[in-house]
Amino acid sequence: MKILVPIKRVVDYNVKIRVKADQSGVELANVKMAMNPFDEIAVEEAVRLKEAGKATEVVAVSAGVTQCQETLRTAMAIGADRGILVETDADLQPLAVAKLLKAIVDKEQPKLVILGKQAIDDDANQTGQMLAALLGWPQATFASKVEIGAESVTVTREIDGGLETLALPLPAVITTDLRLNEPRYATLPNIMKAKKKPLDTLQPIDLGVDVTPRLTTLKVVEPARRSAGVTVADVAQLVEKLKNEAKVL
Amino acid sequence: MTREAMEYDVVIVGAGPSGLTTAIRLKQLAEKAGKELSVCVVEKGSEVGAHILSGAVIEPRALAELFPDWKERGAPLNTPVTADRFLFLTTDKAYKLPTPPQMHNEGNFIVSLGNVVRWLGEQAEALGVEIYPGFAASEVLFNADGSVKGIATGDMGVEKNGEPGPNYQPGIELHARQTVFSEGCRGSLTKGLFSKFNLRDGADPQTYGIGIKELWEVRPEVHQAGLTMHTVGWPVSTDVYGGSFLYHLENNQVAVGFVVGLDYSNPHLSPYEEFQRFKTHPEIRKVFEGGRRISYGARALNEGGFQSVPKLSFPGGLLVGDTAGFLNVPKVKGTHMAMKSGIEAAEALFTHLTFDGQTGPEVLGYAERLKQSWLWDELYQVRNIRPSFRWGLLGGIAYSALDTYLLKGRAPWTLHHHADHTQLKKASDCAPIVYPKPDGKISFDRLSSVFISATNHAEEQPCHLRLKDASVPIATNLALYNAPETRYCPAGVYEIVEDPSGPRMQINAQNCLHCKTCDIKDPTQNIDWAVPEGGGGPNYPNM
Repeated sequence: MKILVPIKRVVDYNVKIRVKADQSGVELANVKMAMNPFDEIAVEEAVRLKEAGKATEVVAVSAGVTQCQETLRTAMAIGADRGILVETDADLQPLAVAKLLKAIVDKEQPKLVILGKQAIDDDANQTGQMLAALLGWPQATFASKVEIGAESVTVTREIDGGLETLALPLPAVITTDLRLNEPRYATLPNIMKAKKKPLDTLQPIDLGVDVTPRLTTLKVVEPARRSAGVTVADVAQLVEKLKNEAKVL
Repeated sequence: MTREAMEYDVVIVGAGPSGLTTAIRLKQLAEKAGKELSVCVVEKGSEVGAHILSGAVIEPRALAELFPDWKERGAPLNTPVTADRFLFLTTDKAYKLPTPPQMHNEGNFIVSLGNVVRWLGEQAEALGVEIYPGFAASEVLFNADGSVKGIATGDMGVEKNGEPGPNYQPGIELHARQTVFSEGCRGSLTKGLFSKFNLRDGADPQTYGIGIKELWEVRPEVHQAGLTMHTVGWPVSTDVYGGSFLYHLENNQVAVGFVVGLDYSNPHLSPYEEFQRFKTHPEIRKVFEGGRRISYGARALNEGGFQSVPKLSFPGGLLVGDTAGFLNVPKVKGTHMAMKSGIEAAEALFTHLTFDGQTGPEVLGYAERLKQSWLWDELYQVRNIRPSFRWGLLGGIAYSALDTYLLKGRAPWTLHHHADHTQLKKASDCAPIVYPKPDGKISFDRLSSVFISATNHAEEQPCHLRLKDASVPIATNLALYNAPETRYCPAGVYEIVEDPSGPRMQINAQNCLHCKTCDIKDPTQNIDWAVPEGGGGPNYPNM
């Protein structure tokens, strides 16, 4: 069974995001980039399935600028067998990515697609769902446990108030939640090996997909700054402030 | 558990200006001679440049020796210095001083050293150098004959108690014919090599400063690309060696920082708060009012100069760049020297490694080459400037003028240094210093500063700030010096917590900016700074 793992290159989670002075977006120049953490969990899960003998090949795919190659190399250092980059400088929105991924799925014919539930940059939480719809495949989002059967997969999902277990026929799309697994450290020898693994580069036009943005960003602003709090002397003062200042009592 | 091992011709510890220059020149020489030479660089930061912090104005002399076509190659030296100002500050006034000759910057560039280093990393990789960021060299390996065999990278996924966690990955051994240590100022492995090979015999103790820096985006009206400004005087008292830098980069950015010599004696002094206070001076405040602070960081730097240079080679390895102490203090620059030492190291290494006959385990040619180079001469000429500031700010300026203009660096004497950690006086013998509260606009507290340095360390790991004796912070440091680590640490790592059973030192190692000041200034040298898990530490953009 082949597994396809779509991954996204995003600003590293440690970086403090800064809005560009002209409010056109987030500052990316010389900012540390890394693999979207939810996608890293997806790669780890696919590699574990392969190690358990449930999958035969793990293919990582990314769409975006040339430097996404580095992100694909990271996926291959974790254990993906090969990488595909759909290279474009265009601003990629979830629907365009889902269409690109559908084209890749048509080409590669995986039995399973595992990807992060959302990317930590735009927090859209749409690509997996859109891909499932375009493919007409069943989907299980926010997976915290994945068990592969012969022709089906059982997925435990984290939902409000508890866990939900779904059984899906294959092929299927799964999106990963935080507690699915803890990704391994890429070791030095595996990083070296990853440099030699195959990496194909395509253009959106090769896949017959129009990636032109359909949404326009009007402006990006930082959240309003919270004013500093005060320490109140006692309960009486707290009640007084809640009543008269905050007017919530 | 046995570790995997890999073999290289040369392993380099640290992807800074000196390490990357060594790697690049080695590959250039190999290419020219048509020889194969494998070069590997490990870097503890999460990416190349993540831990680099400098002013920085750089002199492109060594860069031009490395890449005569650096401009065509797109080196990010975008802002030529257009004006130099040197000011003496009092509480509310600023007096213009003549700019000392060493501080003239014609032909120099204001840069983000982090970006220069990222560019050097790309150049190195294009030449076939293998660079592995996120891997910290934590241990020096030795051959049976005592020579250096290489290094081992730290284990990953170790729990707080030192036991392997679920994601444990043992480190790996990198063996090399020669290992180059380019760890930057106060390298943690270099420290061990100093004692193992007695490399400091006959040299003065190294002395240091701590540099604290912020990057700002200022109003276009006050921005003047290419302007550099240095100040001395206020807010530090005249017995403290300290001063500021303020560089106007491109895109309305201003790099501002403050350096305090770590030989200061008053334990109440806080370099961090001196810096914050400095920005509130009327002459300085006007630059930052209405601006936005983008980044923050800190790093120790060498100030010992010529007298403090250790022996530079030992069986199996070399020291290059700041870990060896190459910095021109009056010039306030070290990058050109770091790169020059890398070039000379690579030349000597290449000759040694490709020699047909018998060679010993030590590359003696490196120090010989360096002594013939402009680096040595430059370092020698300014050797008496920094130590003359033991006579206070005015004494230092007066002596420096005499040494520079009259003696031209050829004084028949050499002034010597004392180790910084021996210089602290008892808290009870010194006047307390009251610092103003940060206003959140121009001046800030430590934690909001650390926040924008994007510092992170994997949570469940052993503390990388090791105390030789756990009782010292309270019994000695708090009792005699009023816990100076709570003030000299620019990241709030050290904190005295009042427990019902009495005061206790809490170490917030996650905040650590890897500046190494604690390793240097702790009065009894009780703190040992070791590398944390690879990839941890700050993630500086544009610093």
